[in-house]
Amino acid sequence: MGWTRKDLLTMRELDASEIVTLVDTAQSLEEIATREIKKVPALRGKTIVNLFYENSTRTRTSFEIAGKWLSADVINFSASGSSAAKGESFVDTAKNIEAMSPDVVVVRHSSSGASEILARQMRCSIVNAGDGCHEHPTQALLDLLTIRERKGRFEGLQVAIVGDIAHSRVARSNIHAMRKLGMTVTVAGPPTLIPPFVGELGVKVSHKLEDAIRDVDVIMMLRLQNERMDGGLIPSLREYSRYWGLTLDKLAKHARPDVLIMHPGPVNRGVELSPEVADGPYSVILDQVAKGVAVRMGVLILLAGSKAAAQA
Amino acid sequence: MKKTTILKGGRVIDPANGVDAVQDIVITDGRIAAAGPAPKGAEIIDVAGKVVCPGFIDIHVHFREPGFEYKETVGTGTRAAAAGGFTAVACMANTQPVNDNRSITDYILARAKYEGVVRVYPIGAVTKGLEGKQLSEMAELAEAGCVAFSDDGKCVMDANLYRRAMEYTLPFGTPIISHAEDCNLSHGGAMNEGVVSTELGLPAQSALAEDVMVARDILLAELTGAHVHIAHISTAGAVRLVREAKARGVRVTSEVTPHHLVLTDGAVRSFDPNTKMAPPLRSKRDVEAVLEGLSDGTIDCIATDHAPHATSEKEGEFDHSAFGIVGLETAVSVLLDRLVKPGIVPLTTIIKRLTADPARLLNLPGGSLTAGAAADITVLDLDAEITVQPLKFRSKSRNTPFAGWKLTGAPIMTIVDGAVVTV
Repeated sequence: MGWTRKDLLTMRELDASEIVTLVDTAQSLEEIATREIKKVPALRGKTIVNLFYENSTRTRTSFEIAGKWLSADVINFSASGSSAAKGESFVDTAKNIEAMSPDVVVVRHSSSGASEILARQMRCSIVNAGDGCHEHPTQALLDLLTIRERKGRFEGLQVAIVGDIAHSRVARSNIHAMRKLGMTVTVAGPPTLIPPFVGELGVKVSHKLEDAIRDVDVIMMLRLQNERMDGGLIPSLREYSRYWGLTLDKLAKHARPDVLIMHPGPVNRGVELSPEVADGPYSVILDQVAKGVAVRMGVLILLAGSKAAAQA
Repeated sequence: MKKTTILKGGRVIDPANGVDAVQDIVITDGRIAAAGPAPKGAEIIDVAGKVVCPGFIDIHVHFREPGFEYKETVGTGTRAAAAGGFTAVACMANTQPVNDNRSITDYILARAKYEGVVRVYPIGAVTKGLEGKQLSEMAELAEAGCVAFSDDGKCVMDANLYRRAMEYTLPFGTPIISHAEDCNLSHGGAMNEGVVSTELGLPAQSALAEDVMVARDILLAELTGAHVHIAHISTAGAVRLVREAKARGVRVTSEVTPHHLVLTDGAVRSFDPNTKMAPPLRSKRDVEAVLEGLSDGTIDCIATDHAPHATSEKEGEFDHSAFGIVGLETAVSVLLDRLVKPGIVPLTTIIKRLTADPARLLNLPGGSLTAGAAADITVLDLDAEITVQPLKFRSKSRNTPFAGWKLTGAPIMTIVDGAVVTV
């Protein structure tokens, strides 16, 4: 159960045993959500700064709840209410926050590599809460925790990740993690949304939803950003949803009866998922959100907690 | 009384004259003297064990003056050049105001006269304001001293206007230098499109953005008969296109930067903005292709594309950082250590691509040690061991991907008009 890293930046840099350590730690913390008094002293006296340069409700709230349940002092810093709006550079903001001695900085940023930049500039621990189209490691961890609870294992599972792979940090983090854990990954979507050379990351590529979802254990649907039409990547949401939207009918015809439907949120209802699928029996979307808090508690404890606190 | 200096005992490599031999170089009144007995009282500089070659010429630098003096000036840029072994540079037109009219050319030449320590040749803009809409006054720019025309940093997307530019400049004998990038295809890409960009999730541009434009410019050169020079060639496709065009007799030439010869897009994994430039670092296959092109002559010369930027422009988010890196003070050591020492490219080829070839391309004096020529000379120590220390650069800027690199081989003396330049 070794954890020696200062930061959690990518799934790519972790090995399988580190990933399992993170998932196990999160699982051990899940029961806190069921307590009447949701507070443990693991991070009492520690300061966590949520540094969010991109809009996020789910992830920021999840980190905030996780920090507060662990008794840390949590400060939210959003770019729109801060000196970033006055033109302060990212590196200057980082140096200023560093001067206030936080223990952990959780960063969300629209630029790939933003968390690496912070990790180079700051002595405290950095958690990547999503950087550009690069990685979103805590999302992958909560996906893994959800999958293991339902399927009981990782090894040998087959997963289809469907949609805008090119712009998805969720897809990248999951691809790295799932490959290391012995899972088979197929990415599927129109060719304009599949990044070139993605096969070299060890995944299969499909351009037909019906083929991609056949016989898989998990279907992970990705959000289609509305602005993707602008770059000429797809003709219309209407056409996209017709060919790439997951409906009960397509599931019944092509997928296994015990398949899990996952989505990192927020869902574009009626685009990538029909409402019946999003709310249906296959869907574990809200489980993912619940497990997100446990995962973030686990990450914060491993990075900032003392060894004794981890037993709390 | 004439002033005479003798560079004694060095290995002289002068590709223009086919010389590679240990001999003395005699400089009289700033010019290379004909072989013969040296007069008494001459100053002797002992260069035994060192390599003596014509002064290096870099036909692609950005000195940022006027307009961006916080990045670089003609004074600091020429000092960086001299420190890196270059005795002459050609500076691009993307200053503020743009070098698209005679007064700016005059200003740059005046700065060079007062503050410069090496020769400075301005390059004029092809279009006014680099906007790609209207030709700049190229006849007068040529008369004022511009040695070539380029909208470098931007690409003239209007093929018809570019054709007219080539035709218009035919009488001056000045080449058009192409920054070959189809900006629709490159689409703001911050790095090369490939497996690394897929992994990093950075906006990327395909090598095709360069290939397509090189193909277009070759066809335009063929149509007009103009000399088109492809700046900073970086893709296997572009090298193939230039090779084929040269075989057909098209007047197309090309240059490559040291960084495109020794780095791949794998370097971007650091997210260090000092690995970001245009064109971007390419794949291993592309690097092999430009090395082959440099050896077989498809690529005519080496140029640094010295592009200084302030630290604040090169330390933040990769996709928001400026394109470009400095190169003058690292180029020669990088080439000697990474290409000559391992035997990938012969020393004489590297020296030719830094001397006789660039002089030929832009019709510049220099590039040889022919008797009677101005004594512009670079002395190399192939055994010098250096560590790249950006804080010690003469350039105002420190944006290099080579910081901390330990390299063997370095320029140790730069001579312009017979005088050793101190920087």
